[in-house]
Amino acid sequence: MKLLDELKYVESHEWVKVEENKARMGISDYAQEHLGEVVFVELPEVGATVAAGDQIIVLESVKAASDVYAPVSGTVVEINEELLDNPGLINESAYDAWIAVIEMSDASEVDKLLSASDYEKVCE
Amino acid sequence: MKRTPLYEKHVEQNGKLIDFGGWELPVEYSKITEEHEAVRNAAGLFDVSHMGEVTVEGEDAEKFIQYVVTNDISYLNDYQIAYTTMCYPDGGVVDDLLVYRVNKKKYLLVINASNTDKDYEWFKSNVFGDVKIENVSDSYAQLAIQGPNAEKILQKITTTNLNEIEFYNFAENVTLGDLNAIVSRTGYTGEDGFEIYLPSQDGPKLWDLLLSEGKDLGILPAALGARDTLRFETCLPLYGHEIDKDITPLEAGLGFFVKLAKEDFIGKEVLAKQKEEGVKRRVVGFEMVDRGIPRSHYEVSADGKIIGHVTTGSYAPTLNKNLGLALVDVEYAKEGSEFDIIIRNKNVKAKVIKKPFYSKKYKK
Repeated sequence: MKLLDELKYVESHEWVKVEENKARMGISDYAQEHLGEVVFVELPEVGATVAAGDQIIVLESVKAASDVYAPVSGTVVEINEELLDNPGLINESAYDAWIAVIEMSDASEVDKLLSASDYEKVCE
Repeated sequence: MKRTPLYEKHVEQNGKLIDFGGWELPVEYSKITEEHEAVRNAAGLFDVSHMGEVTVEGEDAEKFIQYVVTNDISYLNDYQIAYTTMCYPDGGVVDDLLVYRVNKKKYLLVINASNTDKDYEWFKSNVFGDVKIENVSDSYAQLAIQGPNAEKILQKITTTNLNEIEFYNFAENVTLGDLNAIVSRTGYTGEDGFEIYLPSQDGPKLWDLLLSEGKDLGILPAALGARDTLRFETCLPLYGHEIDKDITPLEAGLGFFVKLAKEDFIGKEVLAKQKEEGVKRRVVGFEMVDRGIPRSHYEVSADGKIIGHVTTGSYAPTLNKNLGLALVDVEYAKEGSEFDIIIRNKNVKAKVIKKPFYSKKYKK
């Protein structure tokens, strides 16, 4: 499984890249591997207000649907519409295939996220 | 969890193991879509040893089977096979199965893994006359080799002329390498292919042999995930989905396998009445009009009311579409009818299309 040190992670297998007051997010390489081929993505709406832990995205593999959760609270300001036509990008490169960007309402939530090495322990 | 004789092979091939009705079996080895396409375009090898096998022998074997199943098996010649359902007195389905006729006094019934114990009890509770029933499931390994190259690959390891085994026929005592097997031209994928029954302990050896002999012809080990998408595209029913204890074969669109003209059989009265009055609900195929993947048990809605439920739904790899089968009120069963699939509390539009989604490529 591939991990990037510069990213933060959540136990529910999302990654976060902090860009000033925004959080770009996707799912971890570990998660995409366990999910299998992603064939469908349901994205949140731009402008949606979300709380950390809310289910905001659904990824579907051939066999099943899986929920993806907001790693931080705030407002969805960007979504990766390329995934609608090409959901397999998540399998090709989970860390390039970002899914949404959340403008954070409480930047201190970042401190609660896991480092790559702590997340690795979660996956063991 | 129960394991098949091929368990070690699944581990060797890095199969992603899951609990499938109490059996520890792989859902995929590589990728579901890759295995699916291998079966459509070359060949796939499945371990289906979890399937149940029951032998029925005796003077009244034929009579007994005729009474239990809905199809008319009196037309079978030796070494022919019939697909059939068997029903409860209320017309609900106990299971669907294959009936192999060895001779008029000896049959092999192949039943669903998760129903094996239930079916065996059902047979025993309905038995009459000179009939001996035996559950021999644990004695057999079963492999399925499926796809346009299946015959070519299997022919490499046998002197039996496979070309002579016609669709829904079988041969006993076929020598495969140095193994002895029953070989039938049947399957659950919509492609040409064979199902092979042999003593449990020989299963792994045949598995290795077929994979190595089939390598040049593109064979891949294929698991439950692909087995399901392949049968789904061909609209072959799966117990617990399109057929069940509270769904009749007529509602499932399997009327061809219900022979009301034959003498008495379990469920006949109810099925005859249903046939005469017409079914009130029916399994239909549908295509998503709006974005979304339908899944089993999702509700189907139209005109402000629930009109049925999805029995199977999936992304269909060969057709590259999101498709489903649903049991709906007959007034919505016509091709072109529109209804909504309720996906995560949202109404998502779908429309009825022709079944099967993928035309069968059987060799007849």
